[in-house]
Amino acid sequence: MNEKSEQFWMGIRAEIPLLIGVFPFGMIYGALALNAGLSKSASQMMSSIVFAGSAQFITTQLVHDTTPGLVIVFTIAVVNLRHVLYSASLAPYLSALSVRWKLLLSYLLTDEAYAPTVIKYEQEGVTPFSHWFLLGAGLALWTTWQISTALGIFLGTAIPESWSLDFALPLTFIAMVVPVLKNRPSIAAALSAGCIALLAYSLPFKLGLILAALVGIGVGTYLEGKKSAEGVS
Amino acid sequence: MNIWLVMFFGGLITFGMRFSLIYLFGRFQVPETMRRGLHYVPPAVLSAIVFPELFLNGGHLFISVNNFRLLAGMVAALVAWFSKNTLLTIIAGMLALFLLQILL
Repeated sequence: MNEKSEQFWMGIRAEIPLLIGVFPFGMIYGALALNAGLSKSASQMMSSIVFAGSAQFITTQLVHDTTPGLVIVFTIAVVNLRHVLYSASLAPYLSALSVRWKLLLSYLLTDEAYAPTVIKYEQEGVTPFSHWFLLGAGLALWTTWQISTALGIFLGTAIPESWSLDFALPLTFIAMVVPVLKNRPSIAAALSAGCIALLAYSLPFKLGLILAALVGIGVGTYLEGKKSAEGVS
Repeated sequence: MNIWLVMFFGGLITFGMRFSLIYLFGRFQVPETMRRGLHYVPPAVLSAIVFPELFLNGGHLFISVNNFRLLAGMVAALVAWFSKNTLLTIIAGMLALFLLQILL
């Protein structure tokens, strides 16, 4: 197997645990969108045009409440603000790629594709074909999201809630974040972000998440700077 | 309101944000502090996603032995710490939640 397809399949494999949690979400989205009054084709197409789970749920809700279109677009923008952070975080690893690759990989850059990819880059760095990993992870998620949306539209939410499959998603994020906590700055970043996320949870448009992330990044960066300053003196 | 227009612009803005810094990086000198800060995006963002899932129930703080998701999440965190294995972590967490739900 050549290195391209090796990286591609590694990306798909790393994505599989996340797909367990994503699949029921896609079905719930499909069923809700239809209930909110969107046509079947609009419900389905939103999963590829917007391709962002939480923004799609919120859009569905707002359409149901007959919110003005401009407000919905603004809401989508704010809810998806965190993608600027993902873009910044992966940018150094993707800087050598052609614009065409950057376009494709940016389109596929969701929470669930970002997480395994950044962990991989932090551990292994950039290799000539490492972007195929993100392509594999991103396409695996994209395909699953389209199929689960379609099943939700046509079958409703066939998976019983008591199975708690949605819990697989936070579990996967736990599996990814714990090994990253290697030093005091990163532990402090995680704890401060987590606590702010709890305190600011009631803020609208997922702004609590953005605020929490920014505080965590600030705390980590500050502590690292302090530590290296002490090391010098 | 035209839903297709809403989706078009919503999608365009979302894509623009995903593309923004991937495109701009390398075209500008990135300050050292920002470069350093980027390493804290994964722990900060992932914890900010996970904490509310474990500690909140219906938007309210729920710290109790009856919060099965919190207990199962702690089991998963321990397994993740010692095994560094994603699949094992998920299995342990799901199993813990399942057992807590049927036993208690």
